[in-house]
Amino acid sequence: MSTTLWIIIAGAIATYLTRVGGHLVISRFENIHPRVEAGLNAVPAAVLTTLVAPAALGAGPAEWAALIVAALVSLRGGLMTMFLAGAAVLILARQFVG
Amino acid sequence: MSAEAISENRAKSDFWQGVRLSVPIVVASAPFALLFGTIAVDNGFSVLEAFLMSAMVFGGASQMVGIELFGQHVAPWLIVLSIFAVNFRHVLYSAGIGRRIAHWPLVQQAIGYFVLTDPQFAMAERKAEAGETVGFAWYMGLGLPVYVFWVVESALGAVFGKLIPDTHALGIDFLLPIYFLGLVMGFRKRPLWLPVVVASAAASIIAYKTVGSPWHVSIGAVAGVLLAVILPPHHSGVETRR
Repeated sequence: MSTTLWIIIAGAIATYLTRVGGHLVISRFENIHPRVEAGLNAVPAAVLTTLVAPAALGAGPAEWAALIVAALVSLRGGLMTMFLAGAAVLILARQFVG
Repeated sequence: MSAEAISENRAKSDFWQGVRLSVPIVVASAPFALLFGTIAVDNGFSVLEAFLMSAMVFGGASQMVGIELFGQHVAPWLIVLSIFAVNFRHVLYSAGIGRRIAHWPLVQQAIGYFVLTDPQFAMAERKAEAGETVGFAWYMGLGLPVYVFWVVESALGAVFGKLIPDTHALGIDFLLPIYFLGLVMGFRKRPLWLPVVVASAAASIIAYKTVGSPWHVSIGAVAGVLLAVILPPHHSGVETRR
């Protein structure tokens, strides 16, 4: 079997474990320690930020413009609106600065 | 009408009530399914592999992360670990939803957890908080269309992604950071959001420059989570709920 297929299968198992695991593990405890809960709350923002920051730093003006506009739009609009706004700015800006 | 027929009709109408609620979720996730398929092929997946990943993982953000790291030729175990890390929030959904569906037969519960996505959790919690029972028929009426459309549209995106000639001009190589920024912004109401984001951003950039990719993902994430753990609980807004 190809490596890609193994990645997909292992990724699927890992994902299912997160979906069933909270019920199996966390629900056995009466209380979650506040610091653990604070850490768990921070997980998604912490992980996702690492996928934006270095990419943004290594990019150029077209990409920066797209990220700034997208961030501003996200303060008011939903995920789809901000995404489309960012993509539109990116495509337009690349026509000029490549 | 017999009691059985009545309960069967009840289940049918519950199912369709769920389907109606799924429409906005299906519409909102369609572009991301297409985008996933397109980027998957752009990063070296086959159409079948893109289809399989959507069918088996069924988690948008984690699939995007997996594809991004796959394109950077990151070690396979790290890709799997990253998928796990991005999906880790489901542990909390799972712990929350468990008491709502504990009355289902085990097989139904096992299926129910498979389709436990962000919107699925949000809608089910809303129904439970309104004092209504979360039934299997209603739950699957909500989850099944989202799943079917997600898988089919991923495959469509993969097929048509091959036809796009100049992916740079269309910005496809930089769409994911924009999408991830949107997800980060979506969590901005959470306690400690800004310090966590700043810590993760700084740590991941330093790690990217020194240790190198792909370690910047793990190092940056650990920095943000550790900060949230270390800061006194009254900053993180969790102690009041004990």
